[in-house]
Amino acid sequence: MTTDPRRTALAATSSLALAASLAACGGGASGGTSSASGGGSDAGGQETTLTVFAAASLTDVYEDINAEFEKAHPGVKIVMTNGGSNDLVTQISQGAPADVLATADTKNMDKAVEQQLISGEPTPFATNELTIAVQPGNPKQIDALSDLSNTDLKVVECASEVPCGTVTDKVYEKAGVTVKPVSEENSVTDVLGKVTSGNADAGLVYTTDVLRSGGKAEAVVIPEAEEFRSTYPIAVVKDSKNADLAQEYVSFMVSAPAQKDLQDAGFGAA
Amino acid sequence: MTAPAAPRGHPGPPHTARSGVGVPQPVPILALAALAACAVLLPLAAILLAVPWSQAGALLTEQASLTALRLSLLTAGISAMICLALGLPLALVLTRTGFPGRSLLRAVILVPLVLPPVVSGLALLMTVGRRGILGPLLEQAGIQVVFTPAAVVLAQVFVSLPFTVLTLEGALTALGTDAERVAATLGASPATVLARITLPRLAPALLTGTILAFARSLGEFGATLTVAGSLEGSTRTLPLLIYLARESDVGSAAVLSLLLIVVALGVVLFAYARRPGGADGGRGER
Repeated sequence: MTTDPRRTALAATSSLALAASLAACGGGASGGTSSASGGGSDAGGQETTLTVFAAASLTDVYEDINAEFEKAHPGVKIVMTNGGSNDLVTQISQGAPADVLATADTKNMDKAVEQQLISGEPTPFATNELTIAVQPGNPKQIDALSDLSNTDLKVVECASEVPCGTVTDKVYEKAGVTVKPVSEENSVTDVLGKVTSGNADAGLVYTTDVLRSGGKAEAVVIPEAEEFRSTYPIAVVKDSKNADLAQEYVSFMVSAPAQKDLQDAGFGAA
Repeated sequence: MTAPAAPRGHPGPPHTARSGVGVPQPVPILALAALAACAVLLPLAAILLAVPWSQAGALLTEQASLTALRLSLLTAGISAMICLALGLPLALVLTRTGFPGRSLLRAVILVPLVLPPVVSGLALLMTVGRRGILGPLLEQAGIQVVFTPAAVVLAQVFVSLPFTVLTLEGALTALGTDAERVAATLGASPATVLARITLPRLAPALLTGTILAFARSLGEFGATLTVAGSLEGSTRTLPLLIYLARESDVGSAAVLSLLLIVVALGVVLFAYARRPGGADGGRGER
Protein backbone atom coordinates (compact mmCIF):
# COMPACT_ATOMS: atom_id res chain seq x y z
CA MET A 1 0.00 0.00 0.00
CA THR A 2 1.22 3.46 -0.81
CA THR A 3 0.56 6.24 1.62
CA ASP A 4 -0.30 9.67 0.39
CA PRO A 5 1.36 12.24 2.67
CA ARG A 6 -1.60 14.55 2.24
CA ARG A 7 -3.97 11.83 3.43
CA THR A 8 -1.80 11.19 6.47
CA ALA A 9 -1.65 14.86 7.30
CA LEU A 10 -5.37 15.13 6.82
CA ALA A 11 -5.98 12.17 9.10
CA ALA A 12 -3.67 13.59 11.74
CA THR A 13 -5.21 17.05 11.71
CA SER A 14 -8.72 15.71 11.67
CA SER A 15 -8.11 13.42 14.64
CA LEU A 16 -6.49 16.33 16.47
CA ALA A 17 -9.42 18.52 15.63
CA LEU A 18 -11.78 15.81 16.80
CA ALA A 19 -9.98 15.48 20.11
CA ALA A 20 -9.92 19.25 20.53
CA SER A 21 -13.58 19.64 19.79
CA LEU A 22 -14.53 16.68 21.96
CA ALA A 23 -12.75 18.44 24.77
CA ALA A 24 -14.56 21.60 23.79
CA CYS A 25 -17.82 19.67 23.92
CA GLY A 26 -17.22 18.64 27.50
CA GLY A 27 -15.72 21.96 28.51
CA GLY A 28 -18.50 23.88 26.83
CA ALA A 29 -21.15 21.89 28.64
CA SER A 30 -19.71 22.36 32.10
CA GLY A 31 -18.91 26.00 31.39
CA GLY A 32 -22.51 26.54 30.37
CA THR A 33 -23.88 25.02 33.55
CA SER A 34 -21.68 26.99 35.88
CA SER A 35 -22.35 30.28 34.17
CA ALA A 36 -26.07 29.53 34.20
CA SER A 37 -26.17 28.84 37.93
CA GLY A 38 -23.88 31.79 38.60
CA GLY A 39 -26.19 34.02 36.61
CA GLY A 40 -29.12 32.78 38.66
CA SER A 41 -27.71 33.88 41.98
CA ASP A 42 -26.25 37.16 40.73
CA ALA A 43 -29.28 38.14 38.70
CA GLY A 44 -31.06 40.26 41.31
CA GLY A 45 -28.03 42.15 42.62
CA GLN A 46 -28.68 42.12 46.39
CA GLU A 47 -31.75 39.95 45.99
CA THR A 48 -31.61 36.38 47.23
CA THR A 49 -33.15 33.88 44.87
CA LEU A 50 -34.90 30.84 46.29
CA THR A 51 -35.50 28.11 43.74
CA VAL A 52 -38.56 26.00 44.47
CA PHE A 53 -39.21 22.75 42.59
CA ALA A 54 -42.90 21.97 43.03
CA ALA A 55 -45.28 19.33 41.67
CA ALA A 56 -47.43 20.51 38.75
CA SER A 57 -50.62 20.42 40.84
CA LEU A 58 -49.13 23.04 43.19
CA THR A 59 -48.41 25.59 40.44
CA ASP A 60 -51.37 27.92 40.94
CA VAL A 61 -51.60 27.83 44.72
CA TYR A 62 -47.84 28.28 45.10
CA GLU A 63 -47.98 31.46 43.07
CA ASP A 64 -50.17 32.95 45.81
CA ILE A 65 -48.13 31.47 48.63
CA ASN A 66 -44.86 32.63 47.06
CA ALA A 67 -46.16 36.18 46.77
CA GLU A 68 -47.01 36.15 50.48
CA PHE A 69 -43.61 34.72 51.39
CA GLU A 70 -41.82 37.34 49.29
CA LYS A 71 -43.86 40.07 50.99
CA ALA A 72 -42.79 38.77 54.40
CA HIS A 73 -39.16 38.46 53.28
CA PRO A 74 -38.07 41.62 51.46
CA GLY A 75 -35.18 41.01 49.10
CA VAL A 76 -36.16 37.42 48.47
CA LYS A 77 -37.23 36.36 45.02
CA ILE A 78 -38.76 32.93 44.48
CA VAL A 79 -38.20 31.15 41.21
CA MET A 80 -40.53 28.21 40.75
CA THR A 81 -40.09 25.17 38.51
CA ASN A 82 -43.11 22.94 38.08
CA GLY A 83 -43.33 19.46 36.67
CA GLY A 84 -44.17 15.86 37.41
CA SER A 85 -42.76 14.86 40.80
CA ASN A 86 -40.68 12.14 39.20
CA ASP A 87 -39.15 14.60 36.71
CA LEU A 88 -38.33 17.07 39.47
CA VAL A 89 -36.49 14.41 41.50
CA THR A 90 -34.61 13.30 38.38
CA GLN A 91 -33.63 16.88 37.59
CA ILE A 92 -32.31 17.48 41.11
CA SER A 93 -30.37 14.20 41.04
CA GLN A 94 -28.78 15.39 37.76
CA GLY A 95 -27.62 18.57 39.48
CA ALA A 96 -30.43 21.05 38.79
CA PRO A 97 -30.01 23.93 41.25
CA ALA A 98 -32.96 23.75 43.66
CA ASP A 99 -33.40 24.94 47.23
CA VAL A 100 -36.79 23.39 48.03
CA LEU A 101 -38.58 20.32 46.71
CA ALA A 102 -42.33 19.72 47.08
CA THR A 103 -43.72 16.52 45.55
CA ALA A 104 -47.27 15.27 45.01
CA ASP A 105 -46.67 11.99 46.77
CA THR A 106 -44.45 10.45 49.41
CA LYS A 107 -43.08 7.85 46.97
CA ASN A 108 -41.13 10.37 44.92
CA MET A 109 -39.98 12.24 48.04
CA ASP A 110 -38.77 8.91 49.47
CA LYS A 111 -36.81 8.45 46.26
CA ALA A 112 -35.16 11.84 46.76
CA VAL A 113 -34.36 10.96 50.38
CA GLU A 114 -32.91 7.62 49.30
CA GLN A 115 -30.64 9.36 46.78
CA GLN A 116 -29.50 11.69 49.57
CA LEU A 117 -30.79 14.78 47.79
CA ILE A 118 -32.68 16.05 50.84
CA SER A 119 -31.46 17.55 54.08
CA GLY A 120 -33.45 16.61 57.18
CA GLU A 121 -36.94 15.11 57.26
CA PRO A 122 -39.61 16.03 54.69
CA THR A 123 -42.63 17.84 56.13
CA PRO A 124 -46.13 16.77 55.02
CA PHE A 125 -48.15 19.93 54.35
CA ALA A 126 -51.21 19.00 52.26
CA THR A 127 -53.32 16.13 50.98
CA ASN A 128 -55.30 15.58 47.82
CA GLU A 129 -58.03 13.18 46.87
CA LEU A 130 -59.01 11.40 43.67
CA THR A 131 -62.26 12.57 42.10
CA ILE A 132 -64.17 12.14 38.84
CA ALA A 133 -63.97 15.16 36.56
CA VAL A 134 -67.00 15.39 34.28
CA GLN A 135 -68.33 17.89 31.75
CA PRO A 136 -69.99 20.98 33.25
CA GLY A 137 -73.57 20.12 34.19
CA ASN A 138 -72.70 16.41 34.25
CA PRO A 139 -74.58 15.62 31.00
CA LYS A 140 -73.83 11.88 31.24
CA GLN A 141 -75.20 11.79 34.81
CA ILE A 142 -72.19 10.14 36.35
CA ASP A 143 -72.85 9.79 40.07
CA ALA A 144 -70.48 7.09 41.23
CA LEU A 145 -67.33 5.25 40.26
CA SER A 146 -69.42 2.23 39.17
CA ASP A 147 -71.03 4.36 36.43
CA LEU A 148 -67.64 4.50 34.69
CA SER A 149 -67.76 0.81 33.79
CA ASN A 150 -70.30 1.77 31.09
CA THR A 151 -68.30 1.25 27.91
CA ASP A 152 -70.25 3.94 26.05
CA LEU A 153 -68.49 6.50 28.20
CA LYS A 154 -65.08 7.81 27.20
CA VAL A 155 -63.06 7.60 30.39
CA VAL A 156 -59.50 8.89 30.66
CA GLU A 157 -57.20 8.12 33.56
CA CYS A 158 -53.56 8.19 34.57
CA ALA A 159 -51.32 5.26 33.59
CA SER A 160 -50.40 2.88 36.41
CA GLU A 161 -46.77 3.99 36.14
CA VAL A 162 -47.47 7.49 37.48
CA PRO A 163 -48.64 8.38 41.02
CA CYS A 164 -52.20 9.38 40.08
CA GLY A 165 -52.55 6.09 38.20
CA THR A 166 -51.39 4.09 41.19
CA VAL A 167 -54.08 5.75 43.30
CA THR A 168 -56.68 5.19 40.55
CA ASP A 169 -55.91 1.45 40.50
CA LYS A 170 -56.23 1.23 44.29
CA VAL A 171 -59.54 3.08 44.29
CA TYR A 172 -60.94 0.85 41.50
CA GLU A 173 -59.89 -2.22 43.46
CA LYS A 174 -61.47 -0.95 46.66
CA ALA A 175 -64.72 -0.16 44.86
CA GLY A 176 -64.64 -3.43 42.91
CA VAL A 177 -65.05 -1.55 39.63
CA THR A 178 -63.53 -2.44 36.25
CA VAL A 179 -63.14 0.47 33.84
CA LYS A 180 -61.94 0.34 30.25
CA PRO A 181 -60.38 3.76 29.64
CA VAL A 182 -59.88 5.20 26.15
CA SER A 183 -56.54 6.64 27.21
CA GLU A 184 -54.00 6.30 30.02
CA GLU A 185 -52.15 9.57 30.36
CA ASN A 186 -48.85 10.49 31.99
CA SER A 187 -50.23 13.27 34.16
CA VAL A 188 -53.45 14.56 35.71
CA THR A 189 -53.02 17.70 33.63
CA ASP A 190 -53.30 15.63 30.46
CA VAL A 191 -56.32 13.76 31.85
CA LEU A 192 -58.05 17.01 32.78
CA GLY A 193 -57.22 18.48 29.37
CA LYS A 194 -59.07 15.65 27.64
CA VAL A 195 -62.15 16.39 29.78
CA THR A 196 -62.08 20.19 29.54
CA SER A 197 -61.59 19.98 25.75
CA GLY A 198 -64.81 17.96 25.64
CA ASN A 199 -63.23 14.83 24.18
CA ALA A 200 -63.57 12.64 27.27
CA ASP A 201 -66.77 12.18 29.28
CA ALA A 202 -64.97 11.53 32.55
CA GLY A 203 -61.45 11.67 33.88
CA LEU A 204 -59.92 10.59 37.15
CA VAL A 205 -58.03 13.53 38.60
CA TYR A 206 -57.47 15.20 41.96
CA THR A 207 -60.01 17.46 43.64
CA THR A 208 -57.70 20.46 43.23
CA ASP A 209 -57.41 19.88 39.49
CA VAL A 210 -61.16 20.29 39.02
CA LEU A 211 -61.07 23.54 41.02
CA ARG A 212 -58.17 24.72 38.83
CA SER A 213 -60.18 24.14 35.68
CA GLY A 214 -62.25 27.23 36.44
CA GLY A 215 -65.65 25.76 35.63
CA LYS A 216 -64.63 23.76 32.57
CA ALA A 217 -65.10 20.55 34.55
CA GLU A 218 -67.18 19.45 37.51
CA ALA A 219 -66.21 17.07 40.30
CA VAL A 220 -68.09 13.92 41.32
CA VAL A 221 -66.90 12.77 44.74
CA ILE A 222 -65.64 9.20 45.11
CA PRO A 223 -66.30 8.00 48.68
CA GLU A 224 -63.89 5.09 48.17
CA ALA A 225 -61.04 7.51 47.47
CA GLU A 226 -60.87 8.95 50.95
CA GLU A 227 -58.57 6.34 52.41
CA PHE A 228 -56.17 6.74 49.48
CA ARG A 229 -55.57 10.43 49.97
CA SER A 230 -52.11 11.33 48.73
CA THR A 231 -49.82 13.34 50.95
CA TYR A 232 -47.67 16.21 49.68
CA PRO A 233 -44.29 16.48 51.42
CA ILE A 234 -41.89 19.43 51.20
CA ALA A 235 -38.18 19.47 52.08
CA VAL A 236 -34.95 21.45 51.86
CA VAL A 237 -32.62 20.26 49.12
CA LYS A 238 -29.25 19.15 50.46
CA ASP A 239 -27.16 21.20 48.01
CA SER A 240 -29.11 24.39 48.67
CA LYS A 241 -26.91 27.48 49.05
CA ASN A 242 -29.70 29.18 51.00
CA ALA A 243 -30.53 26.39 53.42
CA ASP A 244 -31.78 28.70 56.20
CA LEU A 245 -34.12 30.57 53.92
CA ALA A 246 -35.25 27.28 52.36
CA GLN A 247 -36.06 25.96 55.85
CA GLU A 248 -38.09 29.10 56.53
CA TYR A 249 -40.01 28.48 53.32
CA VAL A 250 -40.72 24.90 54.37
CA SER A 251 -41.96 26.10 57.78
CA PHE A 252 -44.06 28.77 56.10
CA MET A 253 -45.91 26.03 54.22
CA VAL A 254 -47.47 24.70 57.43
CA SER A 255 -48.27 28.20 58.77
CA ALA A 256 -51.87 29.43 58.91
CA PRO A 257 -51.77 31.77 55.86
CA ALA A 258 -50.27 29.15 53.55
CA GLN A 259 -52.61 26.45 54.83
CA LYS A 260 -55.58 28.72 54.13
CA ASP A 261 -54.44 29.20 50.52
CA LEU A 262 -54.00 25.46 50.15
CA GLN A 263 -57.45 24.72 51.51
CA ASP A 264 -59.01 27.36 49.28
CA ALA A 265 -57.43 25.54 46.36
CA GLY A 266 -59.03 22.27 47.46
CA PHE A 267 -56.15 20.65 49.30
CA GLY A 268 -56.75 18.86 52.59
CA ALA A 269 -54.75 19.44 55.76
CA ALA A 270 -51.94 16.94 56.27
CA MET B 1 -25.03 -1.01 -4.86
CA THR B 2 -23.15 2.22 -4.45
CA ALA B 3 -20.40 3.20 -6.86
CA PRO B 4 -16.84 2.31 -5.81
CA ALA B 5 -15.18 5.07 -3.80
CA ALA B 6 -13.19 7.61 -5.79
CA PRO B 7 -9.57 6.51 -6.22
CA ARG B 8 -7.54 7.96 -3.43
CA GLY B 9 -3.89 8.94 -3.52
CA HIS B 10 -3.93 9.29 -7.30
CA PRO B 11 -4.28 12.82 -8.58
CA GLY B 12 -6.52 11.61 -11.37
CA PRO B 13 -8.93 13.82 -13.27
CA PRO B 14 -11.05 15.51 -10.59
CA HIS B 15 -14.37 15.11 -12.36
CA THR B 16 -14.23 11.32 -12.10
CA ALA B 17 -14.28 11.57 -8.31
CA ARG B 18 -17.59 12.29 -6.65
CA SER B 19 -17.65 15.99 -5.86
CA GLY B 20 -16.56 16.82 -2.32
CA VAL B 21 -14.55 13.66 -1.69
CA GLY B 22 -10.82 14.06 -1.12
CA VAL B 23 -10.64 17.85 -1.00
CA PRO B 24 -8.67 18.87 2.12
CA GLN B 25 -10.51 21.33 4.33
CA PRO B 26 -9.02 24.03 6.60
CA VAL B 27 -8.41 22.91 10.17
CA PRO B 28 -11.04 25.22 11.74
CA ILE B 29 -13.65 23.68 9.44
CA LEU B 30 -12.60 20.18 10.54
CA ALA B 31 -12.74 21.21 14.19
CA LEU B 32 -16.20 22.76 13.85
CA ALA B 33 -17.40 19.77 11.86
CA ALA B 34 -16.21 17.50 14.65
CA LEU B 35 -18.01 19.72 17.15
CA ALA B 36 -21.19 19.45 15.12
CA ALA B 37 -20.82 15.69 14.92
CA CYS B 38 -20.29 15.35 18.64
CA ALA B 39 -23.31 17.53 19.39
CA VAL B 40 -25.33 14.74 17.79
CA LEU B 41 -23.18 11.74 18.72
CA LEU B 42 -22.66 12.43 22.43
CA PRO B 43 -26.36 12.31 23.39
CA LEU B 44 -26.81 9.15 21.32
CA ALA B 45 -23.77 7.64 23.04
CA ALA B 46 -25.28 8.64 26.39
CA ILE B 47 -28.36 6.54 25.57
CA LEU B 48 -26.10 3.59 24.78
CA LEU B 49 -24.37 3.99 28.14
CA ALA B 50 -27.71 4.13 29.98
CA VAL B 51 -28.93 0.84 28.50
CA PRO B 52 -28.99 -1.97 31.09
CA TRP B 53 -27.66 -4.57 28.65
CA SER B 54 -28.34 -7.56 30.92
CA GLN B 55 -32.08 -6.81 30.88
CA ALA B 56 -32.23 -5.47 27.34
CA GLY B 57 -33.41 -8.71 25.76
CA ALA B 58 -36.19 -9.24 28.29
CA LEU B 59 -37.35 -5.61 28.03
CA LEU B 60 -37.46 -5.70 24.24
CA THR B 61 -39.54 -8.86 24.08
CA GLU B 62 -42.04 -7.67 26.70
CA GLN B 63 -45.60 -7.67 25.43
CA ALA B 64 -45.97 -3.91 25.85
CA SER B 65 -42.79 -3.22 23.83
CA LEU B 66 -43.77 -5.53 20.98
CA THR B 67 -47.29 -4.14 20.86
CA ALA B 68 -45.97 -0.58 20.73
CA LEU B 69 -43.39 -1.45 18.06
CA ARG B 70 -46.02 -3.16 15.91
CA LEU B 71 -48.38 -0.20 16.27
CA SER B 72 -45.56 2.24 15.46
CA LEU B 73 -44.48 0.39 12.32
CA LEU B 74 -48.06 -0.06 11.14
CA THR B 75 -49.20 3.54 11.68
CA ALA B 76 -45.94 4.99 10.32
CA GLY B 77 -46.28 2.76 7.25
CA ILE B 78 -49.83 3.91 6.59
CA SER B 79 -48.83 7.52 7.21
CA ALA B 80 -45.91 7.27 4.77
CA MET B 81 -48.25 5.91 2.08
CA ILE B 82 -50.71 8.74 2.69
CA CYS B 83 -47.85 11.27 2.56
CA LEU B 84 -46.80 9.83 -0.80
CA ALA B 85 -50.33 9.83 -2.17
CA LEU B 86 -51.01 13.40 -1.07
CA GLY B 87 -47.50 14.83 -1.18
CA LEU B 88 -46.88 14.01 -4.84
CA PRO B 89 -49.91 15.91 -6.21
CA LEU B 90 -49.14 18.82 -3.92
CA ALA B 91 -45.48 18.95 -5.01
CA LEU B 92 -46.55 18.75 -8.68
CA VAL B 93 -49.02 21.60 -8.24
CA LEU B 94 -46.45 23.68 -6.36
CA THR B 95 -43.71 23.21 -8.97
CA ARG B 96 -45.58 22.75 -12.25
CA THR B 97 -48.45 25.19 -12.02
CA GLY B 98 -48.64 28.90 -11.39
CA PHE B 99 -51.43 30.40 -9.34
CA PRO B 100 -51.73 33.38 -7.01
CA GLY B 101 -50.70 32.63 -3.44
CA ARG B 102 -48.50 29.72 -4.43
CA SER B 103 -45.53 30.79 -2.29
CA LEU B 104 -47.85 31.48 0.62
CA LEU B 105 -49.38 28.00 0.30
CA ARG B 106 -45.89 26.54 0.11
CA ALA B 107 -44.86 28.35 3.29
CA VAL B 108 -48.00 27.25 5.15
CA ILE B 109 -47.48 23.61 4.12
CA LEU B 110 -44.04 23.74 5.74
CA VAL B 111 -45.28 25.20 9.04
CA PRO B 112 -45.64 21.81 10.81
CA LEU B 113 -41.86 21.43 10.44
CA VAL B 114 -41.28 24.23 12.92
CA LEU B 115 -44.38 23.96 15.12
CA PRO B 116 -43.93 22.71 18.68
CA PRO B 117 -45.55 19.24 18.77
CA VAL B 118 -48.11 20.27 21.35
CA VAL B 119 -49.32 23.05 19.04
CA SER B 120 -49.73 20.52 16.23
CA GLY B 121 -51.71 18.34 18.61
CA LEU B 122 -53.94 21.19 19.75
CA ALA B 123 -54.55 22.25 16.15
CA LEU B 124 -55.63 18.72 15.26
CA LEU B 125 -57.79 18.48 18.39
CA MET B 126 -59.50 21.72 17.40
CA THR B 127 -60.14 20.15 13.99
CA VAL B 128 -61.36 16.62 14.73
CA GLY B 129 -62.13 16.80 18.47
CA ARG B 130 -65.71 16.75 19.75
CA ARG B 131 -65.74 20.54 19.82
CA GLY B 132 -63.47 20.86 16.79
CA ILE B 133 -64.54 22.39 13.49
CA LEU B 134 -65.18 18.94 11.98
CA GLY B 135 -66.34 17.48 15.31
CA PRO B 136 -70.13 17.68 14.80
CA LEU B 137 -69.78 16.40 11.23
CA LEU B 138 -67.71 13.41 12.32
CA GLU B 139 -70.09 12.68 15.18
CA GLN B 140 -73.08 12.65 12.80
CA ALA B 141 -71.24 10.25 10.54
CA GLY B 142 -70.44 8.11 13.57
CA ILE B 143 -66.71 8.49 13.04
CA GLN B 144 -64.55 8.60 16.13
CA VAL B 145 -61.06 9.97 15.52
CA VAL B 146 -59.73 11.13 18.90
CA PHE B 147 -58.39 8.24 21.04
CA THR B 148 -58.15 5.89 18.01
CA PRO B 149 -55.28 4.75 15.77
CA ALA B 150 -56.77 7.08 13.12
CA ALA B 151 -55.71 10.01 15.32
CA VAL B 152 -52.20 8.57 15.49
CA VAL B 153 -52.03 8.45 11.68
CA LEU B 154 -53.54 11.93 11.42
CA ALA B 155 -50.87 13.37 13.72
CA GLN B 156 -48.10 11.55 11.83
CA VAL B 157 -49.32 12.74 8.41
CA PHE B 158 -49.62 16.32 9.67
CA VAL B 159 -45.98 16.46 10.77
CA SER B 160 -44.50 14.23 8.02
CA LEU B 161 -46.17 15.57 4.89
CA PRO B 162 -43.82 18.59 4.67
CA PHE B 163 -40.84 16.22 4.42
CA THR B 164 -42.35 14.42 1.44
CA VAL B 165 -43.43 17.64 -0.26
CA LEU B 166 -40.01 19.26 0.28
CA THR B 167 -38.16 16.23 -1.10
CA LEU B 168 -40.37 15.91 -4.17
CA GLU B 169 -40.41 19.66 -4.77
CA GLY B 170 -36.61 19.78 -4.71
CA ALA B 171 -36.34 16.86 -7.13
CA LEU B 172 -39.00 18.26 -9.48
CA THR B 173 -37.24 21.61 -9.60
CA ALA B 174 -33.89 19.92 -10.27
CA LEU B 175 -35.40 17.76 -13.04
CA GLY B 176 -36.63 20.82 -14.84
CA THR B 177 -39.49 20.91 -17.33
CA ASP B 178 -37.60 20.59 -20.64
CA ALA B 179 -38.35 16.91 -21.23
CA GLU B 180 -41.97 17.41 -20.18
CA ARG B 181 -42.38 20.34 -22.59
CA VAL B 182 -40.88 18.38 -25.45
CA ALA B 183 -43.22 15.46 -24.78
CA ALA B 184 -46.18 17.82 -24.68
CA THR B 185 -45.25 19.45 -28.00
CA LEU B 186 -45.04 15.97 -29.49
CA GLY B 187 -48.67 15.50 -28.53
CA ALA B 188 -48.47 13.64 -25.22
CA SER B 189 -51.40 14.32 -22.89
CA PRO B 190 -50.67 15.66 -19.36
CA ALA B 191 -51.40 12.20 -17.96
CA THR B 192 -48.99 10.57 -20.40
CA VAL B 193 -46.30 13.15 -19.59
CA LEU B 194 -46.76 12.45 -15.89
CA ALA B 195 -46.75 8.67 -16.25
CA ARG B 196 -44.06 8.30 -18.93
CA ILE B 197 -41.71 11.24 -18.30
CA THR B 198 -42.08 12.79 -14.83
CA LEU B 199 -42.74 9.81 -12.56
CA PRO B 200 -39.99 7.49 -13.84
CA ARG B 201 -37.40 10.20 -13.42
CA LEU B 202 -38.83 11.09 -10.00
CA ALA B 203 -38.61 7.52 -8.68
CA PRO B 204 -35.57 7.99 -6.40
CA ALA B 205 -37.11 11.09 -4.83
CA LEU B 206 -40.45 9.31 -4.40
CA LEU B 207 -38.67 6.61 -2.44
CA THR B 208 -36.66 9.09 -0.36
CA GLY B 209 -39.70 11.26 0.35
CA THR B 210 -41.75 8.28 1.47
CA ILE B 211 -38.99 6.89 3.66
CA LEU B 212 -38.38 10.26 5.31
CA ALA B 213 -42.10 10.52 6.04
CA PHE B 214 -41.98 7.03 7.53
CA ALA B 215 -39.01 7.96 9.72
CA ARG B 216 -40.59 11.19 10.90
CA SER B 217 -43.87 9.37 11.60
CA LEU B 218 -42.04 6.76 13.63
CA GLY B 219 -40.67 9.47 15.91
CA GLU B 220 -43.89 11.47 16.19
CA PHE B 221 -44.77 12.05 19.82
CA GLY B 222 -46.23 15.33 21.02
CA ALA B 223 -49.10 15.69 18.61
CA THR B 224 -50.01 12.02 19.07
CA LEU B 225 -50.13 12.39 22.84
CA THR B 226 -52.43 15.39 22.54
CA VAL B 227 -54.88 14.17 19.92
CA ALA B 228 -54.75 10.37 20.30
CA GLY B 229 -54.04 9.81 23.97
CA SER B 230 -52.08 6.80 25.11
CA LEU B 231 -53.52 3.30 25.31
CA GLU B 232 -51.68 0.03 24.82
CA GLY B 233 -52.46 -1.61 21.49
CA SER B 234 -54.51 1.30 20.25
CA THR B 235 -52.61 4.58 20.41
CA ARG B 236 -49.50 3.94 22.54
CA THR B 237 -46.73 4.04 19.94
CA LEU B 238 -43.08 3.41 20.79
CA PRO B 239 -42.28 7.08 21.61
CA LEU B 240 -45.31 7.25 23.92
CA LEU B 241 -44.27 4.01 25.61
CA ILE B 242 -40.78 5.46 26.14
CA TYR B 243 -42.29 8.60 27.64
CA LEU B 244 -44.31 6.46 30.04
CA ALA B 245 -41.52 3.97 30.82
CA ARG B 246 -39.17 6.71 31.93
CA GLU B 247 -41.61 7.57 34.76
CA SER B 248 -40.79 4.32 36.49
CA ASP B 249 -37.61 2.96 34.93
CA VAL B 250 -35.07 5.03 33.01
CA GLY B 251 -33.22 1.87 32.00
CA SER B 252 -36.15 0.39 30.12
CA ALA B 253 -36.79 3.79 28.52
CA ALA B 254 -33.17 3.70 27.29
CA VAL B 255 -33.58 0.22 25.80
CA LEU B 256 -36.73 1.24 23.93
CA SER B 257 -35.02 4.47 22.82
CA LEU B 258 -32.17 2.42 21.42
CA LEU B 259 -34.66 0.31 19.48
CA LEU B 260 -36.19 3.44 17.98
CA ILE B 261 -32.75 4.89 17.17
CA VAL B 262 -31.67 1.69 15.40
CA VAL B 263 -34.85 1.60 13.29
CA ALA B 264 -34.56 5.32 12.50
CA LEU B 265 -30.88 5.00 11.61
CA GLY B 266 -31.60 2.13 9.24
CA VAL B 267 -34.38 4.06 7.56
CA VAL B 268 -32.35 7.26 7.17
CA LEU B 269 -29.29 5.38 5.88
CA PHE B 270 -31.48 3.63 3.34
CA ALA B 271 -33.02 6.93 2.23
CA TYR B 272 -29.78 8.89 1.93
CA ALA B 273 -27.72 6.12 0.36
CA ARG B 274 -29.92 6.60 -2.71
CA ARG B 275 -29.95 10.34 -2.67
CA PRO B 276 -26.80 11.31 -4.60
CA GLY B 277 -27.87 9.29 -7.64
CA GLY B 278 -31.17 11.11 -7.91
CA ALA B 279 -29.66 14.54 -7.39
CA ASP B 280 -26.84 13.91 -9.88
CA GLY B 281 -29.32 12.83 -12.50
CA GLY B 282 -31.12 16.12 -12.01
CA ARG B 283 -27.96 18.15 -12.25
CA GLY B 284 -26.91 16.36 -15.41
CA GLU B 285 -30.04 17.58 -17.16
CA ARG B 286 -29.11 21.23 -17.00
